[in-house]
Order: sequence, then structure tokens, then C-alpha cells
Amino acid sequence: MSQNIIELREVSKSIHGHDVLYNINLEVRNGEFLTLLGPSGCGKTTLLRLISGFEQPTTGKIFINGKDVAGLAPHLRHAHTVFQSYALFPHMNVVENVAFGLRCQKLPKKEIDERVAEVLKIVKLEKYALRKPEQLSGGQQQRVAIARAVVNRPLVLLLDEPLSSLDYRLRKTMQIELKQLQRKLGITFIFVTHDQEEALSMSDRVVVMQEGYIEQIGTPRQVYEDPQNLAVAKFIGEANIFDSEIVGMDGKQITVMIQGKQRMVKSTRSFTVGQKVYLLVRPEDLRVWNAEEAGDTSDMLPGVVEEVIYKGTTVDLMVRLTNNKLVAATKFFDEDDDRLEYKIGEPVWTTWSPGWEVVLPHEE
Amino acid sequence: MKNENGLKYFSLSVIWIWLIIFALLPFLLVSIVSFLSHDENHLIRLPFTLAHYIDLNNAIYLKIFEKSFYLAGLCTIICLILGYPFAYAIARMENHFKSLFILLIIIPFWTSSLIRTYSMITILKPKGIINSVLLWLGIIDKPLALLYSDIAVVIGLIYNLLPFMVLPLLTNIERLDNRLLDAARDLGANRFTTFRKITLPLTMPGIISGSILVFLPAMTIFYIPDLLGGSKSILLGNLIQNQFLVTQNWPLGSAISIVFTLLLGFLLFIYWRTMRGKEHGNLI
Repeated sequence: MSQNIIELREVSKSIHGHDVLYNINLEVRNGEFLTLLGPSGCGKTTLLRLISGFEQPTTGKIFINGKDVAGLAPHLRHAHTVFQSYALFPHMNVVENVAFGLRCQKLPKKEIDERVAEVLKIVKLEKYALRKPEQLSGGQQQRVAIARAVVNRPLVLLLDEPLSSLDYRLRKTMQIELKQLQRKLGITFIFVTHDQEEALSMSDRVVVMQEGYIEQIGTPRQVYEDPQNLAVAKFIGEANIFDSEIVGMDGKQITVMIQGKQRMVKSTRSFTVGQKVYLLVRPEDLRVWNAEEAGDTSDMLPGVVEEVIYKGTTVDLMVRLTNNKLVAATKFFDEDDDRLEYKIGEPVWTTWSPGWEVVLPHEE
Repeated sequence: MKNENGLKYFSLSVIWIWLIIFALLPFLLVSIVSFLSHDENHLIRLPFTLAHYIDLNNAIYLKIFEKSFYLAGLCTIICLILGYPFAYAIARMENHFKSLFILLIIIPFWTSSLIRTYSMITILKPKGIINSVLLWLGIIDKPLALLYSDIAVVIGLIYNLLPFMVLPLLTNIERLDNRLLDAARDLGANRFTTFRKITLPLTMPGIISGSILVFLPAMTIFYIPDLLGGSKSILLGNLIQNQFLVTQNWPLGSAISIVFTLLLGFLLFIYWRTMRGKEHGNLI
């Protein structure tokens, strides 16, 4: 049996003559939590609507459970949607909302009652069965929306920014709840969000999208630690980007020239001497030493502390390098480095451990 | 902050004063007049009496009331049947078309409704536009007696009152969240089920406010039955008007108005009771 519950082959979509999606190829594995991540307008919601059947692709094919679903109505696709801001029916109570799909299928009343009760138990809403949506909190409404979709026993649950209307604290709780629910149900979740932190913390795999293209597909770790291009690197997390040039290649040992200093870097990609590259260093990997702490400064970059932001568990530093570039560094409080007192205007040295950078070629 | 409150109290008191002067006071005057006596030399005079209310318990008035109720009801239902799809279509249009159509609905209001009703005569009369066209097409061989009939009155009422049905429906349907319709479709509802289970219940406030806005004037507009219904068509509106202007029996006219007002108030009360507690029932 094929492990792919959904396959998109060379799917593209234009709306009113505007191309929204270009040549999308995507395989969704059975039972995984897949996130479509991108800024607003990148086409992620359109992609979801193509899968759910509210829109038809301009070209290309979509397979759900091995079956070409071209022209198939949304409710026949075994993929149900949890809509943005839930779209609960305001004039129906929780049970009526959840039973709606089953009633449309004209199932016997006894079966409907059983299935609704079972689902409400899973989402822990038995006590609220007779409430109207307006009498529920945001998180409860969210669970009704999920119950309403899940009760139809879909193979895939499509979630369109389901957490975006919740406040920060509730969002965190719901992230964990959603993830647990997904494990419990064993259904494939396709989750749309523009929040990279949400995407990283919840997903098995992340699809990073930008302007109608898929930029990268990978585990949260892959897209964060090994972004395939600058767009992904910039979108996922903070990143310091240094312009540099390859000056030596010796097997795996790559030497670059960065702001007049030579550094050893590591990369699985191959480069040629003289090639311009970007070096990408995450703020938490960037080290900042003051003059006494720094030993050998031959490969360190000098700068001046411009801003110190205390955040409780971390201290964020903004350092202005001598070439006027501003870089960010995040320092954690730990035993090795309890001296996290930095003064604005203090001269410092910045560096990072070789191999913790990502080397990306210049793009055309 | 203080200024803001000042403005709030000012505008609220303007509304209250307006309502007291132009609604409550006239209503009180009319109720007082309805209890006064009447003779040939005085429009109204003492002593107080209940005679006019007792007079109302007469088959002829009941019949007029019944007929007005029936015609106004018929007009409301037809307005709803015509207005709903119309409002729905406009609400789903793209914005610039939408404003154009709303403008087209509003333009007739720029002409007095009395003049527009006169012009209906030209359309409905025996040698009018409708009859001429039907004769020319050979569908009928002698003119239909459209004018001075109940049909003419209903047509006139619908023509005048349709916008009052369309506009509240339009605002209500516009507010309907498209995602709800998507959600219903996603859950397997066909168009008919979606309409019956989602669209209709959620636009019920619009339906009810539209119906009230059509039904109330339909009961009482006096010049439409006067002009289009001829002498045969005495409805509640022109009955009241006749009492004041023709037979000059002010107390009787007032008594009819009061009974009618109480009845409509009762209907609104029933509506309010059934809608109470429903958040989406607060359109009126």
C-alpha cells in the first residue's frame, strides 16, 4: 500500500489571470502532521482549497488515497476542513453543528447520536453539548470545529490557520492539544499557518512556501538548521547573513573570506574558489566576547554593542560590526557564562563555532 | 472623556425629545380624541365616551380590517418572494455592480410616491400600456379590468414597498459569512439543504424586518387604494383618512387608529417574544 495519502503532481492555479501557485509537487504521508508555512499571499490557503475541493487546479492532478479527485465535490474527498475562525453555524448548538455532516448523509439517528457522542468525548466537550457557539470560549469553539470535521471520519483533516484568532497563551495550549489529538485520532493533518514557531513546534514536516512556490520541504529541524535558500532562512527564525567569498576548497575543508578575515566553514554543498556565498548564522549560535574574554581574535569580527534586550531566559544583543552591519546574538544564562552584563557602546568580538553556519550560494 | 459623555447624552436626549414630540404626544392626543364625543358643529367635544369603540364592533369594519390584512399580507408575501432572490443576487455581486444596483433601487425614491402611483394608472388603465401590449400580442381580445381592482392595489403596493423588503434583506445577506456556506458544502450539504438549514435561518431577521417594513405601510397607505382601487376598495388606511377628512368624525377615526396600533403592537410583541434570547434576532 502506498504511504502517500495525498499526492499533488505539477499542480498550478491561476485566479483571474494571476498565477497563484506554480508547479506544485507534494506528497503527504499517511498519518503525518504536515504544515504549509508561508507569509500571507504565498498561496498556502489556495493550496488547501485545491485539496479540499473548493477550487480546481488550472493544471496538474491531485490524488487522495490514490484516486484522482478532479471535479470531485468537497464532501466526497475524505478530506474535511477546519475553517479559519471555525465557521461554526451560529444558530445551532454544539451537537447540531457536529451532527450536520452525518445528517446530510441521512444516516440513522441512532448512529448519528453515537458518533457525535464519541467525538464530543474525544474533544472533551460532552458537558457543552447543548451550548451555542457564542457561549463557548475560543478554544472550545476550535474543538467543536474539529469535532464537526472529524465526525465524518476523514482520511485527512485540513486546518486553515485554526489558531490565528486565539490569544498567545491559549494558542500555546491549543498547539499541544491539537498535536495530542492528531496522535489520538491517527488522521493526517494538513495545517496552514504563517507562524513559523507554530509550524516548527507542531509538525512532522514543514512545507515552506513563498510567492506560489514550494521553497523547501523537510522536518522542522531540516528547514531550520539547513535551509535550502535565503528565503527559507529568512522566513524561518532569525538569521544573521554575512556576505563572503570562497577562498579555498580542500576536500570538506572550505575557507572563506569574511570582512577581511579567513574562516573555516563546513558544508555538504560544493563550491568553487572565488564564488560569492552567504554565511548564515542563527543568533543563538553567535558568540559575543569582550576584550578580556576573547583569546585568539584572528577569525573574530569586531563590533560595538548597540542594544541589550533582557528577556528573562535570554539576553538579546544587537552588535554593530565595523563594516556597519548589525547582527543579533541571543545569550542564554548558564553556568559557563554567568557574566551577561553588557554595556551599550562596549567593544566586543563576535564569532561562532565552525560548522554551525549554513553556506548558501548567491542566487541569480 | 467628559466631553464624550456630554455628546452621548446630547444625542440621546435629542432622540428622546424627538420621539416624545413627534410620536408619543400625537399618539396621546389621538387616544384622548378617541374617547371624546362628536356632533355636527364640533369636530370634537366633551363628554368622554366609549361609543366609538362600541361602534367598531360592526361587521363592516371587521370586513374592512380583514380585507386590509389580507391584501397587506399578500403584498408582503409577494414582496418577499420577489425580493429575496433579488437581494441575494445583489449581495453576492462584485462591489461596483452592487453599488449600481443599490442606486437603482433608491432612485425611484427621488420622485414622490404619490406621483409614481398616478403613473401606475397609465400603465394599468383599459387603454394603458399592459392592455395595449397584451391586445397587440393577441393574448387577450378585450382589455382587462386591471385598474380599480384589488389586483391594481396589490400591484401598486408591491411597486411602492418592494425596496423596503430588499434593503433589510440585502444588509442581512451581505453579513452572511461565506465560510459558513463553504463549511456546509464541505460537510456534504447540497444547495437546497444549505439554503434551508443555513441561509434561511440566518437571514430570518432580515426576512422579518423586511416583512414588518412592508406589512405596516401596506395596511395604512391610503392613497394607493384611493387612486388604484377606486371607490370599491375601502381599506383601513383610507377608512381612517375618510373619518378625518370626509365625514369629519375625528373620534371614530382616532378609535380605529388606536385599535389598529394596539393590534400591531401586539404582533410586534409576539415577534419580540419569539426572538428573545436569539442573538441574531436583533435587527429591528
